[in-house]
Amino acid sequence: MSKTKMILGLFDDPDDMMQGIDNLQKNSIPIYDIYTPMPIHGIEDKMGIKDSRLGYVAFCFGCLGATVIFSMIYYMLVQDWPMNIGGKPSFAIPNFVPFTFEWTILFTAFGMTFTFFAATNLFPGRAPRVMDLRATDDRFIIAIDAKGNVPHEDITNLLKQAGAVEVKHNERKYVSYE
Amino acid sequence: MTGKDMTFAKITNDILLPVENKPNKAWWIGFTVSSLGSLLWVVSISYTFWFGLGAWGLNKTVGWAWDITGFVWWVGIGHAGTLISAVLLIFRQNWRNSINRSAEAMTIFAVICAATYIVAHMGRPWLAYYTLPLPNQYGSLWVNWNSALMMDVFAISTYFSVSLLFWYTGLLPDIASIRDRATGLRKRIYSILSFGWTGSLKTWQRFETVSLILAGISTPLVLSVHTIVSFDFATSLEPGWHTTIFPPYFVAGAIFSGFAMVQTLLLVTRKVLGLENYITMFHIESMNKIILLTGSIVGVAYITEFFIAWYSGVEYEQYAFINRATGPYWWAYWSMMSCNVISPQLFWSKYLRTNIKFSWFLSIIVNIGMWFERFVIIVTSLHRDYIPSSWAMFYPTWVDVSVFIGSIGLFFTMFLLFVRVLPSVAIAEVKLLLKTSSEQAKKKLIEEGHLEPAEVQYYKESLTKFDSVDSADYEKV
Repeated sequence: MSKTKMILGLFDDPDDMMQGIDNLQKNSIPIYDIYTPMPIHGIEDKMGIKDSRLGYVAFCFGCLGATVIFSMIYYMLVQDWPMNIGGKPSFAIPNFVPFTFEWTILFTAFGMTFTFFAATNLFPGRAPRVMDLRATDDRFIIAIDAKGNVPHEDITNLLKQAGAVEVKHNERKYVSYE
Repeated sequence: MTGKDMTFAKITNDILLPVENKPNKAWWIGFTVSSLGSLLWVVSISYTFWFGLGAWGLNKTVGWAWDITGFVWWVGIGHAGTLISAVLLIFRQNWRNSINRSAEAMTIFAVICAATYIVAHMGRPWLAYYTLPLPNQYGSLWVNWNSALMMDVFAISTYFSVSLLFWYTGLLPDIASIRDRATGLRKRIYSILSFGWTGSLKTWQRFETVSLILAGISTPLVLSVHTIVSFDFATSLEPGWHTTIFPPYFVAGAIFSGFAMVQTLLLVTRKVLGLENYITMFHIESMNKIILLTGSIVGVAYITEFFIAWYSGVEYEQYAFINRATGPYWWAYWSMMSCNVISPQLFWSKYLRTNIKFSWFLSIIVNIGMWFERFVIIVTSLHRDYIPSSWAMFYPTWVDVSVFIGSIGLFFTMFLLFVRVLPSVAIAEVKLLLKTSSEQAKKKLIEEGHLEPAEVQYYKESLTKFDSVDSADYEKV
């Protein structure tokens, strides 16, 4: 039994990497993940990834923000301590607009971004699970789980055919920490 | 993006050069000068806190002067960063990719400078929490939600925190780039800062969604912030302030001054950090065009204000404007007019628009002009209002002047530290341009004969203005 845990195909060009994905998919080899130094447009369709639902999250947080601040102002200005300013109504909705607007945005921004961080496991101090250090520099990497995907030589050849500059057979899943 | 033999690796190396190496002499000189400025700020702000606002030149008539002028000036400067990163992202203007990072950083530092004025002008800054709607022992007496100043608290705090979030989220992939090239302690620090970013498929997909939505909500946010800042004046009954034109006029002025400050910073940064291939003549010219446009909008606003003062038939309003142009502060008014309205018109000339030294000089002029604009609006309106017996002049003390100069020092100190520890150009976003909008990719298309000859000719002609492109390379193609 080979000790290889991960097979990494390293490309120096995103177009070659797309070719590599095609080659693997034609041969029904499941791809573990793809690591790139920049977003690759159009890759979601190829990999069959569903659209992100963060937009709905953002909308919900926006509604929450608007509700919270509107109720707060209503309670303070109308319910708890109504002030008589020149006989004007204390429930003056136009004055509520700027606050409601600002907090809608505030809640949307923070709610959505923290949901993104939580869903993607991003937080300060998280040990980076990097398979190859050049994935954030100039290498576009396709990672394939070595277990069950045999023979490894065939996978290597498929990646090489697509133009991989290097194919690594790593015995450790992550190189970034012990 | 320009340059020969550009690769993904070269982009990373070029941009991280200042982060991974010892600073050069120019940086040290700049840092020393701006640190001295910050020191002056610390001294003068401490003096203000210790002795109270009496240390400033304010009097009963002119109760708001350099502090609010400085505040509005800094907030306005901050606006360009959000505009570049958010509005241009929505409009899919790819050229923003190489200037958005430093412009966003500028936003954050400018808003920090602006916030220092708010806290300082409270007189008793330890009571700053009074501006928050907290339950208190006065029965609860809540904050006045009808006040434009309260709206300002919400607008500025939201603007600052959302800008910071937007900036930092965008930084994550680039911090990861530094992390994966660093060793030892640096690696540990950047590792914590990177939040464990790996650049996996799903991360990038969500990242792009988040960026787009953040841009979408930041756009109305940035417009609302300066609108609300203008409410501070427009909702009062002071002649010269009480006008409905203020919100759009302030927003245009903010974009105008912000782009001027971006220009001031980037023209120096690209030279000192050797980023000529990333921040190109195209960026400089585009920003100069925006300065020309917004400068003209501001000019129209000035003239409209004057016209409406006359047309309204309100004699106090009429006097306020005549007094601005011909009263004791005529010099401030005409400095504003010549710096903001007349001098940007020089950018109609293509030669001047593409001249780096001139652009830098003019960006400074615009910044001075925009400072005078706020000074004119604030001080000349206040110093002579309804009752002639209360008319007075405003004379700044050394503390006023030091707080202002000091805040500029503080701004540059923060910016210089930023370019040393974080990438000043968004690496991942610039990489997106390599195969699409780079000079290299275009040249390849020309060489392979994919473009119409007329189009190629036009392209070659437009390249002559770039200082980072050698036209000799194009003679044979």
